[in-house]
Amino acid sequence: MKVLLRNPKREVEVEGRYTVNSLLTHLDLPRESHLVICNGTLVPGDAPLAATDLVEIRPVISGGA
Amino acid sequence: MVAAGSKCRTCRGPAVIDLPRHNANFCADHFMELCRRQVAKAIDKFDMLSKEDRILVAVSGGKDSLAVWDILLELGYRADGLYIGLGIGDYSDVSGEYAKAFAAERGLHLITVDLRNDYGFDIPTASKATRRVPCSACGTSKRHIFDKAALDGGYTALVTGHNLDDEAAVLFGNTLRWDVEYLARQLPVLPARDGFPKKVKPLIRLTEREMAAWCIVRGIDYLVDECPMALGNKHLAYKAALNSIEQESPGSKASFYLNFLDNMAPLLAGAGASGVEGLRPCPSCGAPTTGDLCAFCRIAEKSRAHDPVPVELVLSKGRGKR
Repeated sequence: MKVLLRNPKREVEVEGRYTVNSLLTHLDLPRESHLVICNGTLVPGDAPLAATDLVEIRPVISGGA
Repeated sequence: MVAAGSKCRTCRGPAVIDLPRHNANFCADHFMELCRRQVAKAIDKFDMLSKEDRILVAVSGGKDSLAVWDILLELGYRADGLYIGLGIGDYSDVSGEYAKAFAAERGLHLITVDLRNDYGFDIPTASKATRRVPCSACGTSKRHIFDKAALDGGYTALVTGHNLDDEAAVLFGNTLRWDVEYLARQLPVLPARDGFPKKVKPLIRLTEREMAAWCIVRGIDYLVDECPMALGNKHLAYKAALNSIEQESPGSKASFYLNFLDNMAPLLAGAGASGVEGLRPCPSCGAPTTGDLCAFCRIAEKSRAHDPVPVELVLSKGRGKR
């Protein structure tokens, strides 16, 4: 599936079957600091992702104090 | 098509978000209800705001400030926005577009201040001229302009979008140093006093992840990109450390900060009073200060005497120095 990553913005191709949480684990991204948007809709951690899905992984942490 | 995942705890409809700290999943409607309830609870518990307040929201174009403005309006508060152009290259240009679009689409009043046009300097130049880390010059400048805009505009409360992650990270840093004075002042409401407006943080019960989710389900466009000058700062490192703990033990961030407010802050009351005494008007701008010039005017004076510095130059020389 195609996965859009941010900061910096880039797209990666990921092979295999994943849920939201297992994809984050696969990419070594902490669950607490990311959200996943699948085909334009926010999805929870156990949502399965299909090879044809357009997936965006959005970081949620900002650094200003 | 999104395949079915877990169900909403409240209505059993399809969930859009899992919140491990609540051990629950929520659909969009019930997630938004949870967020509104958490903000209302914070406002009520800490006596932050009343419906009679004239509120000024400090808006950056990022998720937290747009979310808090949106939620306050939904809860029936009267709130205008304040955007400060900090001159951080493309990042500032784009952030301003998000803030202005949010206000324009909803017919809201947004005050804009531009550091370069209105004060003759920008944050990259200030960082270089004062030899301070960018976030330090930026924070001082923003606080000064927030205070001035709130007082000049007759607002009775200044709202910022600081969330649970922000406050927990600051608390973590203050605790690592056992900085009692800063710990004593780390409260979600700072009352108005001479030269300072009342300042409140209604998002202290909600995480960054929840605020990003609020913007996504509400269809609010916000600047996702991180400030290029904040990359690598200590605040981000503290957040990463706390999120690592949170992942193993959901609810830890909320316990750390909210129990600090309940159990520790009362014991520290009064320890933060030093620094208030001896305040007098800054001879340059009139803001309260204990020095010859206020911190903002010192930064402005040095920065205006310096040639403008493009953000790229500060970034390329600043890596690894924080």
